[in-house]
Amino acid sequence: MTIFELSKEHRKGYKLPHYNIETQEINIPGHLLRKEKPKIPEVTEIDVVRHYTNLATKNYAVDVGFYPLGSCTMKYNPKINEDVSNFEGFTMIHPHQPQETVQGALKLMFELKEMLCEITGMDEMTLQPSAGAHGELTGILITRAYHLSRGDHKRKKAIVPDSAHGTNPASAAMAGYDVIEIKSGPDGRIDLKALEEALDDEVAVLMLTNPNTLGLFEKDILKIAEMVHNAGALLYYDGANLNALLGRTRPGDMGFDIVHLNLHKTFSTPHGMGGPGSGPVGVKKFLSEFLPVPILTKDSKNNYKLDYSRKNSIGTMRSYYGNFNVMVRAYAYIKSMGKDGLKQVGEMAVLNANYLRKKIEKIMPIAYPDVCMHEFVATCEQLTKETGVKALDIAKRLLDYGFHAPTMYFPLIVHEDFMIEPTETESKDTLDKFAEVLETIFKEAREKSELVKNAPYTTPVKRLDDVTASRKPIFRFKFGEG
Amino acid sequence: MHRYIPHTEEEIKEMLEEIGVDSIEKLYINVPKTINEYNLPDGKDEFTIRRELLKLSKENVTFEPENVFAGAGIYYHYIPTVVNHLANDQKFVTAYTPYQAEVSQGTLQALFEYQTMMCELTGMEVANSSMYDGATALAEAILTAVRVNRKEKILLSRAINPEYKQVSKTYCSSQNIKIEEIGWEKSGQINIETLKEKIDQNTSAVVVGYPNFFGIIEDLQKIREAIPEKVLLIVVAEPVALSILEAPGNLGADIVVGEGQSLGITPNFGGPGIGFFTTREKYVRKMPGRIIGETKDIDGKKGYVMILQTREQHIRRGKATSNICSNHALMALVNAIYMSIMGPEGLKEVAMRSYNSAHYLAKKLEEKGYKLVFSAPFFNEFLFHVDENYAEKWENMINKGILGPLPVEKIFPDLSNMALGCTTEVNTKESIEKLLTHL
Repeated sequence: MTIFELSKEHRKGYKLPHYNIETQEINIPGHLLRKEKPKIPEVTEIDVVRHYTNLATKNYAVDVGFYPLGSCTMKYNPKINEDVSNFEGFTMIHPHQPQETVQGALKLMFELKEMLCEITGMDEMTLQPSAGAHGELTGILITRAYHLSRGDHKRKKAIVPDSAHGTNPASAAMAGYDVIEIKSGPDGRIDLKALEEALDDEVAVLMLTNPNTLGLFEKDILKIAEMVHNAGALLYYDGANLNALLGRTRPGDMGFDIVHLNLHKTFSTPHGMGGPGSGPVGVKKFLSEFLPVPILTKDSKNNYKLDYSRKNSIGTMRSYYGNFNVMVRAYAYIKSMGKDGLKQVGEMAVLNANYLRKKIEKIMPIAYPDVCMHEFVATCEQLTKETGVKALDIAKRLLDYGFHAPTMYFPLIVHEDFMIEPTETESKDTLDKFAEVLETIFKEAREKSELVKNAPYTTPVKRLDDVTASRKPIFRFKFGEG
Repeated sequence: MHRYIPHTEEEIKEMLEEIGVDSIEKLYINVPKTINEYNLPDGKDEFTIRRELLKLSKENVTFEPENVFAGAGIYYHYIPTVVNHLANDQKFVTAYTPYQAEVSQGTLQALFEYQTMMCELTGMEVANSSMYDGATALAEAILTAVRVNRKEKILLSRAINPEYKQVSKTYCSSQNIKIEEIGWEKSGQINIETLKEKIDQNTSAVVVGYPNFFGIIEDLQKIREAIPEKVLLIVVAEPVALSILEAPGNLGADIVVGEGQSLGITPNFGGPGIGFFTTREKYVRKMPGRIIGETKDIDGKKGYVMILQTREQHIRRGKATSNICSNHALMALVNAIYMSIMGPEGLKEVAMRSYNSAHYLAKKLEEKGYKLVFSAPFFNEFLFHVDENYAEKWENMINKGILGPLPVEKIFPDLSNMALGCTTEVNTKESIEKLLTHL
């Protein structure tokens, strides 16, 4: 049932505060006054409460169970972070208040920035971008501003490996670059020869994820950085997979010039069904003049300030100062974990991934069998050939057993694959149970494949037809048609 | 082990054994060790974190909502208690992008209903399931218009929120798109004669506020009549105003975007809010962002899925219509819950009161000798002339717990000695009188 079908004219769920201001004349011309009321539902408070509470129960979430979505780092979101981010001193401040009246907020942002610089090995950072892809666009615009500031106008290419996140090429294209894709080598890592061939004086940047989306560490990273820099290009770090490296190494130490982070991945802020996220961008000192304004600074008297005075700034990436409430959560998380806790995060994420990899390789082959970082990619191509059961079918069957499915069909270079990321907050028991269930499903696929092909059965709806949904799209509720 | 991590010593040993290595160190065989530990403090307990963050939050000055008379893009409206209760349900909060539709029907249906409500409010045919904020929504609307008619000149009202203008310029900077600003007449509305003169073969779109940054209600009908059909009309709307103003879709708008913060979201120091993006069905394949559509399952039961993903970065990669991936879905949920609880009548009452209080305040200011800057009809914000010492008065008011009308010079450096006043349904007669005593 939709909320529109619960609606009855003149039903009310609100009562506004007492109001005693005399009625003023309305001087808006008639043609600019609304004639028909919008068909927004008319319901009572209990209708609203039941509707959304019932909708919530139709969601799978980290708080419901295991969510091994590769590349998305679905770790537990600590509840203290939710509480502190809801303090009125954080939620009820206006972005145009004088800076002296928001010193607590600015101090928090400044300290967060400093901690993130320490974690990434970068010199300066902006907290403005609202998501990872927004951070990518910021980073690529910085790249562009840097080359142009040196009068280097011919760099029109951005190199993106075929194992990169889909947003990398999209962001590079948005910044006006031609995207050059390079293929991975047989070991699932960047092919240095292919890179050598692609690097010329028209290349502006190499966008790299390390560990890459196969969960493998680019072990030639120092060499790669040298090659990229020798060609006069910059090295960009997609921070979606930083979780694995916490406490061990830093993008800045590996030779990266620009890095974006995903606070909603590595730093445990919830993803909220699609956002809000937060995608801070850090840079080495020589690029700091290009960061979007404002930049957080502190004077000798410990006054925190928003500095707009960077004349080579790329501009601003969004209104005001970014997703402040998400930053509060990340700040609380880093303070809770501390240096030791963060190191444990990296170690246990890597331990969990390798343990699960070992369990799963008995069921489905690992695409690139090697020690992995925080995630790995397994393929059921063989099973598909034998039984016709696809990765998609197995994913749907996993839902019946109470697990969220891993990422499927990504990266594009592996067929019928699962990208599995267990994260550090899952226990050995959960991983054992997951492997057991996967084994059961493989058995089902071989013995009664139809059962798996038609899954799921126990979910709020059964297998949905998304092909027709896109071919004959219905974008909104059609009133009067039920 | 840290409290968020479940591993016992014994389990770690068993796991290493299964992997076939004798230490965790061996798992990092490919990774250079560049640090031993971060230069960060040790982890803290929950009690301490709460105390420290509470202390930090108290280092910010907050205001009773009835004492806030500043808006400029972020508004203090009444938020019914149910909104936060429901939106904080962790089954919404801790879910990811709905990649597995069968176990994400809560999210998907809520977003589908949100899209429907935004279409109703704006008079448009399609809405996406959110952008980061009003500013990025406008920037992407401009990029969409350029994709539609492949022309590169944008005529943008100078009376658009400067934050939105700056962001649009940043987004367009690498794409050869030229943004030209059109000033206002004495009335505060866009100068239609200038607009007509500036339109040429290369013009892709005209961008106006509704109401504009100074609260002035632009005459969309006149603007639509003044521009050729092929030039897109992009409207930056304040959603609360749309329950009393004619829907932009009915007045010829092609894309309607804006900031949804005023629909049930706290100010949050400016973020997160939510950008909304609505347009006509014929442009749907050119628009950015995720769209949720209705479909059926194999039993014929109604359900919801993400649709038209072929436009998106997963498949089109370097040719995608936009790179937006994580959006502001949770805030779209907040908007949907807020609109559900308020209904069309509640929204209208909020808009009417906001309007009424602002006009009452303007009248009282005029009685005190202050002059309004513009003559055209305004919604709940208006610009008025102030003395040279206003900035000082403004800070004094802050010390008294009042966030007074905003000195606008901070935002529009060439507009000196003017302030932007704003009210919503929560300002009281008493708070307005208190404000007046400080002016």
